[in-house]
Amino acid sequence: MSEWPLLSLVIFLPLVGAAFVFVIRGEQHIVDRNARNVALWTTLTTFALSLLLWTGFDTSTHEFQFVERAPWIAEGITYHLGVDGISMLFIILTTFLVPLCILASWEAIQYRVKEYMIAFLVMETMMVGVFSALDFVLFYLFFEGGLIPMFLIIGVWGGERRIYSTFKFILYTLLGSVLLLLALIYMFFEAGTTDIPILMVHGFDPAVQRWLWLAFLASFAVKAPMWPVHTWLPDAHVEAPTAGSVILAGVLLKIGAYGFIRLSIPMLPDATVFFTPLIFTLSVVAIIYASLVALMQDDMKKLVAYSSVAHMGFVTIGLFTFNLQGIEGGLVQMLSHGLVSAALFLCVGIAYDRLHSRAIVDFGGLVHRMPIYAFTFMVFALANVGLPGTSGFVGEILVLVGVFQVNTWVALLATTGIILGAAYTLWLYRRVIYGELVKARLKSILDMNRREILVMAPLVLAVLFFGIYPQPWLDVMQASVSNLVEQHQLALGGGATELAGR
Amino acid sequence: MNQSALPDLSPVLPEMFVAVAAMGLLMIGVFRGDRATRLIAWLAVVVLAVAAVLVMIGPQDTRVTLAAMFIADPFATFMKSLVMLGSGLAILMSLGYIRREAMERFEYPILILLATLGMMMMVSANDFIALYVGIELQSLALYVVAAFKRDSLRSTEAGLKYFVLGALSSGLLLYGCSLIYGFTGSTNFDALASLFGVDQPPVSIGLVIGLVFLIAGLAFKVSAVPFHMWTPDVYEGAPTPVTAFFAVAPKIAAMALFLRAIVGPFLELIGEWQQIIIFISIASMLLGAFAAIWQSNIKRLMAYSSIGHMGYALIGLAAGTAEGFRGVLIYMAIYLAMNVGAFACILCMRHKEGMVEGVEDLAGLSRTNPAMALAMGIFMFSLAGIPPLAGFFGKFYVFFAAINAELYTLAVIGVLASVVGAFYYLRIVKIMYFDAPAESFERPIGGVMTLVLGATGIFTLFFFLYPAPLVATAQAAAEALLR
Repeated sequence: MSEWPLLSLVIFLPLVGAAFVFVIRGEQHIVDRNARNVALWTTLTTFALSLLLWTGFDTSTHEFQFVERAPWIAEGITYHLGVDGISMLFIILTTFLVPLCILASWEAIQYRVKEYMIAFLVMETMMVGVFSALDFVLFYLFFEGGLIPMFLIIGVWGGERRIYSTFKFILYTLLGSVLLLLALIYMFFEAGTTDIPILMVHGFDPAVQRWLWLAFLASFAVKAPMWPVHTWLPDAHVEAPTAGSVILAGVLLKIGAYGFIRLSIPMLPDATVFFTPLIFTLSVVAIIYASLVALMQDDMKKLVAYSSVAHMGFVTIGLFTFNLQGIEGGLVQMLSHGLVSAALFLCVGIAYDRLHSRAIVDFGGLVHRMPIYAFTFMVFALANVGLPGTSGFVGEILVLVGVFQVNTWVALLATTGIILGAAYTLWLYRRVIYGELVKARLKSILDMNRREILVMAPLVLAVLFFGIYPQPWLDVMQASVSNLVEQHQLALGGGATELAGR
Repeated sequence: MNQSALPDLSPVLPEMFVAVAAMGLLMIGVFRGDRATRLIAWLAVVVLAVAAVLVMIGPQDTRVTLAAMFIADPFATFMKSLVMLGSGLAILMSLGYIRREAMERFEYPILILLATLGMMMMVSANDFIALYVGIELQSLALYVVAAFKRDSLRSTEAGLKYFVLGALSSGLLLYGCSLIYGFTGSTNFDALASLFGVDQPPVSIGLVIGLVFLIAGLAFKVSAVPFHMWTPDVYEGAPTPVTAFFAVAPKIAAMALFLRAIVGPFLELIGEWQQIIIFISIASMLLGAFAAIWQSNIKRLMAYSSIGHMGYALIGLAAGTAEGFRGVLIYMAIYLAMNVGAFACILCMRHKEGMVEGVEDLAGLSRTNPAMALAMGIFMFSLAGIPPLAGFFGKFYVFFAAINAELYTLAVIGVLASVVGAFYYLRIVKIMYFDAPAESFERPIGGVMTLVLGATGIFTLFFFLYPAPLVATAQAAAEALLR
């Protein structure tokens, strides 16, 4: 274990960068340029630091690593950080995506650049914090704190209906998470601490578990988002600036699912099993319904947003199978979707920057003028479909293998989602990229420039690499996930014998 | 207790100091006239600072004196410190305003000083008589201050309204006290507490009615629903620095009194008053959340906001535990910082033609004055209770107590109301950050304002880093209250 408080560094370095951006003064264009550069280099350094987490990660244990602990609010509520095989990769995902977001906003954001960069850097701190927090109050603080920068990002730099969307986003999320707050306070009084590792093994009364579980659900289901509380997502995505959509789809949605796997499942095993049919139902509805809705969209961003809802349905199904393949599949799907949906939003953003339109009918035949773009878009469209060789395939197949052992009907229905996914993605691709280039406005459209290639190349490489060779991901997860499954069965087994004893 | 002819005066030292100093300042004012207003205002701040030091270095144990009418304990120390901080900041913030608006009369700081003296008496009351004397000293000064802008119809109307309704509430309170005295034979908190504590006599219906009247009077003073009607009108009508004063120090003192008068004598009768407090709390939170949505005047909006916040603070009282009282104390401390800060911003809303009060006047503030918009944004997010800002911790500690006292319904309604409330706070952020700029406010805002804004903003933003000192002090104060 290293001497440096590596996790704290990764969390708070962006905040330091934000402070630097905050004090930049001078001519408008110089301020803008410096703000962009400071933000980019801060996030790149953060990414490099976070890679140390991966290289120093011990894959043989399920214990938390890089643990830091300091007294904070009170006895039992401490500043406690650490990562395991479940959370570590999401930190990397976050720190990987944020520099790309900054780069993607290089030219797209032309006013109030300084504030924009501050918002993104604060956002990064909050997101990394959520994934590293090992104290429930700390988790909640980061979980909720992220709302403030996102509220501003959508509200200030968003599209026409940005105010409606950002209010819908923050009020929906807030409504869900305040109940989580009450649940966590209750758990503090039951267990005497909000330390997540201790709460995991505390064993709450099964009758109470259900209430707590519902409070958790209110929060994570909105965030994930699950049907029927997903309606904020298309609005927020459509109105957010491109980079905002990337962060929303790439990381924020994962926080909801991460909440299930980190908190709901290990802490409340009995209630989790009790409510699993509910999760399966909601997820299957989400997959089929969102896919059908996606088919009918004429706005590219909305289509990708609904596709996110469908893909998150796979994630929740996978997490609630309670077997190794299912949970690993869910996690891989989260990571993969983090890359793929982020990339798809970037693709839409590239088209939007050129035409200032997201309507599918405004495009067509782009392949003739934009071959690089067509290629990039194709990689991610296929990854979204889950074609073998892309990271999307690994997650989906593992989830299906996992759920097939538990419930064949769910597996069957989820599979139809894959078919529908292929339908809407490929149809989108066909309408935007293929066909004759007849529209006058497209005649002079330019292909991706160097900056845009620089943004997309890492994503292409990552999606293909982890599609062909997902082992690095799975190695990291292995120990933690199998421990989770064991603990889950142990907790349930204990409960079952107790029942039998009565 | 020693039996000298004089009672032990050491606990009363800060009050005596403020009283004498206020008289002294009055003399200066009388001889030097309105020219001395600025001097007197600064001296008043110094007096409050010295009194605060006296309170803090004074005896830290619990002492009862003046025929058991007066009590000095850590709870009183905590609340008096807050009250004096609030009053001092209110005087400082009004300096620029009273000069510009031709309100520069020497009585103004002295009246605030006398009101503060009344509040200190309220906080330290250990007897219904002392309680009433404190309240009236405070209220009389406040009535005058509310109507201080004599030429303004709105200000005089606010003063009159406040006076009539305030007198009514004092009447209710007094009626409640007399009923309690009639059915128990004592007005002393300690005597009442031991009466209910030891042999638990059957509670007579007369006593309960007295208790209800008492709570009604107190609810009026903290402006909790259903006795809140005066608040929006008085807040809107009173001169803005007076509103800033009303929103903070008297609220804190009244909340302290609420705790004192309910917990001191009647803790054992929690079954009788708990449901009343729960009702008041829920009604205040809901009204504060919903009614503020449609306000277009920022002072009116802050009035409804304060009604809502009193509802949250009362959750802690409803819990009826040391944790709950600690929650109230922490809530009031954080409330002080947020409200002083927010009102400092409101006091800076000034065009060439004069003060403006419309919520829409803040439009685009983030571009015309980014620093002020940032500060106001911090206060709004904090008032909405979004972590990691200080306002979240205020709510956290009261909900903490409510859950432990198994008041689940209250807690759930409370958090849901906070989401509704978040809407209008965020609306202000929206107006400042998303809307096109309106006419910019006059600058510079002045050194004092910058200092107040900076200090409260930093406290609100960074409270989460090190909450332990405030929590520990509040804990000690809450335990002292229970004794």
